[in-house]
Order: sequence, then C-alpha cells, then structure tokens
Amino acid sequence: MSTVRAIPTLLRVGLAEAVAYRAEFLVWLLSTNMPLVMLALWSAAAGDGPVGRYGTAQFTAYFLAALIVRLLTGAWVIWELNTEIRQGTLAFRLLRPIHPLAAYACENLAAVPLRAVLSLPVALVLLLSSGGGLLTGEPLRWVLFPVAVAGAWAITFLAMSLVGALAFYVESAASVFEIWMGLFGVFSGYLVPLDLFPPWLGALARWLPFRYMLAFPVEMVTGLLTRERVLFELAVQWLFVGGLLVLVRLAWSRGLRRFSSVGG
Amino acid sequence: MRRHLRLLGVQLRASLATAAQYRVEFAVEGVLALFWAGWSLVPVVVLFGHRPVLAGWTFPEALVVMGWFVLMKGILEGAVNPSLAAVVEHIRKGTLDFVLLKPVDAQFLVSTAKFEPWRVVDALAALGIFGAAFHRLGRWPSAGQVAAALLLLCCAAWTLYSLWILVISAAFHVVKVDNLSYLFSSIFDAARWPVSVFRGAWRILFTVVVPLALMTTYPAMALLGRLELRTALLALAGSALFSAFARAVWLSSIGRYTSASS
Repeated sequence: MSTVRAIPTLLRVGLAEAVAYRAEFLVWLLSTNMPLVMLALWSAAAGDGPVGRYGTAQFTAYFLAALIVRLLTGAWVIWELNTEIRQGTLAFRLLRPIHPLAAYACENLAAVPLRAVLSLPVALVLLLSSGGGLLTGEPLRWVLFPVAVAGAWAITFLAMSLVGALAFYVESAASVFEIWMGLFGVFSGYLVPLDLFPPWLGALARWLPFRYMLAFPVEMVTGLLTRERVLFELAVQWLFVGGLLVLVRLAWSRGLRRFSSVGG
Repeated sequence: MRRHLRLLGVQLRASLATAAQYRVEFAVEGVLALFWAGWSLVPVVVLFGHRPVLAGWTFPEALVVMGWFVLMKGILEGAVNPSLAAVVEHIRKGTLDFVLLKPVDAQFLVSTAKFEPWRVVDALAALGIFGAAFHRLGRWPSAGQVAAALLLLCCAAWTLYSLWILVISAAFHVVKVDNLSYLFSSIFDAARWPVSVFRGAWRILFTVVVPLALMTTYPAMALLGRLELRTALLALAGSALFSAFARAVWLSSIGRYTSASS
C-alpha cells in the first residue's frame, strides 16, 4: 500500500533526475544509434532489388520503428544494481518501506515522457519517409501498440533485474549481462530483421524472449504480422513478463538473504 | 624513452601477475571471447547470404574487414579500455592527484595502468578469420601487403587510443562517463562493415569524424592489395594529426582538473 502512495512522488523525482542529468541522458540516447547504422547498411543492400520481403521502404519503416521502440523501452537498472550491490549502497534502499525494484522501476519509467519527446522527431521522419505508407492503418493495432511496448519494457527491465540479482552471488553481473545483450542483438531483430534469417534460426527466435523486446512491436505497426499472429504473440509476450516476474521475485528474496553491507 | 619502456614493462608484468591469479576467469573469458568472435559474424553471414556483392565487397573480402574488427576490439578491450576506465574513477574520487604527483607523464601512467592479457584470444580469432577469408579467396597476401597492413594496424591502434583519450578528457567536464564509453563502443560497432557500404553523411562521419575507416577498412584493403598509396599516406597523416589533437585536448583538460577533495 505504501508503495502505491509513494509512486507519484517517485515518478516526480525520477523525472527531475532525468532533466537534471540531461547531458548524460542525451549521451545515453545517442548510443542507441545501431538501428540507423543498420538502416544505412540494409538500404545499400536493397539498392539493387528487395532482400526477401524487404525493399528500401520496408527497411526504413522497420529500423525507424525499431529505433523508436528501443528509445521508449530503454532501462539501465543493471548498472545501478551492479554498483549498488557491490558497494553496499543498496542498504539505503532496503531501509525504505518500498521494494527496491519498485523504486528502480519508477525511476526508469519516469524518464519515458522525456524519451517520448526525443523520439518524436524520429517518428516524424518515419511518417514522411518512404516507409510512412507501410505503417498500419488498423486502429486495433495502434491500441495494442502501447501494450506491446509496455510489455517490451517490462521484459527488458525484469531481465535486467534478474541478471542484476546475480550480483548477490558473483563478483560482477555485468559480464553476464553482456552475454544477454549479445543474444539480444541477434535474436531480437535489432541488427537483422528476423525474417531474413534462415528459417530454423527465425523459428528459434520465436521461443526466446528477445523477439518480444523489439521485433514484435515493430513488426506489428509496420504491418508485417497478420492480426491472429499479433494477438497470439501479445499473449506470448505477457506470458514472458509473468514468468520473469516470478523468477525475479524468487531471485531477489533469496539473494537479499545473502546480502550484507559494510560501513555506514 | 628508456625509462618509459622500463615502466611499461613493469606495468605489463603487474597486469600479467594479476591475471595469472584468476586462472578460471582467464579460461572462461578466453572461451567467451572466441564465442563472441564467431557470434559477431552472424549479421555479415546473413547479409552476404542474400547478396553476393555489396558495394564492391565480396563475402571473403568483408570477412577480412571483420577480422580487423575482431582484432581492434581485442586491442580496445584488452589494452585501452581497462586502464582508461580506471581514470574515470580517479577523476570522480579525486585520487587522480596521486597520479599527477608522480614524476612521469600522467597520460603515459594512466594509459598503461591495466591490461587484460586474455584478450590475446581475440588476436587468435582474428588470425583464424583472416585464414578462412584468404582460403576462400584462393590467394594469400604478399609480404609487402602484410607489412603495409601492419603499419596501418599501428596507426589504427594509435587512433583508437587517441579517441579514447578524447572520451576520457570529456570525463573532466561530464563526470558520469561510463555512459560515454558505452556510446563509444556503440559507434565502434559500425567498424565491422567496410566503410564504402555507407553513403553520404554516414561515410563522412565514419571516415573523418570518428575514423572507423582507418581502423578496419584501410588495413583490410592493404591486406587485400586494394589500398592506393595516396589513401595510405592520408591515413598516416590523419592518425598523426588525430593523436596530436587528442594530446592537446588531454593537456588542456588536465590543466582544468581540480581535485574532488579540495
């Protein structure tokens, strides 16, 4: 109950922080440049005829939408967790009457309005570009799109919290997270649209959580999925969210018992 | 100069001794490095699976660029990144004072503070990729081409290091720089592609502003015997200019450093 009452304040603090550290915030956003690089690359490849289902317009729509989804769903809780657990400053958060993860989630979510403002220009470019005509006109999808983006954020955040909880056991959880990021790069459609993979690799990607962190919302608005698939994959996405939530709760309650901080 | 070399030897030995203490980590990181080298090939393989030739580059030729990318990444994460990440902590905590007080050039001291020897595995992986690429091409580079490529490798490493010095100099102004290193590696990731694949603003960015072309594409072209002498000389001049610029920025930044404790 106290958590619910604290949420508005936490959100306000988070937004104030994002605004206060705007230089860092901007650097953080700029490091999400991979979709643009991949767009340049794949456009060059599509210059002499479409690649699979993708022509220049499709690539433009795909990667600009990917950039927007990535900008909106960014989370950075893993780095905070890694240092706070190692240096023991997590103890301060534990003293408060709300779960540390709830506090982290609010901090991350509070930056979303700022992120949305900054991804507006990208959306504008997307609308005016050759890919603009490919965006879906179906109202249902535009209603479901925020849900899918929220699901993508939840998977990102929960996976980070889960890997971050490893820091209770091992020296540096960040290197484990690098493996996660490497898998993400390939299986989420961040570097290569999943359709362009050999079929078995694309099929494998459907069984992994990474697709639901990026490719699914993107393919949904760029009209690459049928309506049945959209509904089915949305269900799968939220199943992943639920599963991760259970795992995170378990890892945290066990990990916190091991946690000891020195000093203070 | 001899004094600096001796110091470098001492610092290298210290890093080796540290690494030897964590033998399990050594093995795990080595295996992981090999895995990553293979994993980073996936986009290249997929792209060239759909297109035999891209902007004048065939698959084996693009593999050569990829080999340089793996090698440069090894240098970045084995020799450049670890020490310079430590500088950021020094700046934040104010302990850079202790470095500045020592009677050796501060830039030299902070740049050689830490090495990660297991990154040698990256060099081996790069050699493997080169081997596979030239085997597919059916010809091998001549001694002259290898020499040119090695010379460009030195330039590339030096430029990479200078870029990092620029990033670190930014830490004197914007303290939260773990961010900046992330930005840097995200840009560096584009170096795995031949620069001629990119057009317009991207190509200018990757050739002149962040000279990624110098780091992977030019050495690869030298190895393939495609690099013109003019481009090579320009690359040499460019990297010299770049490192001079980085040095100047570092000196001016360090002049503005005020200890966090005072």
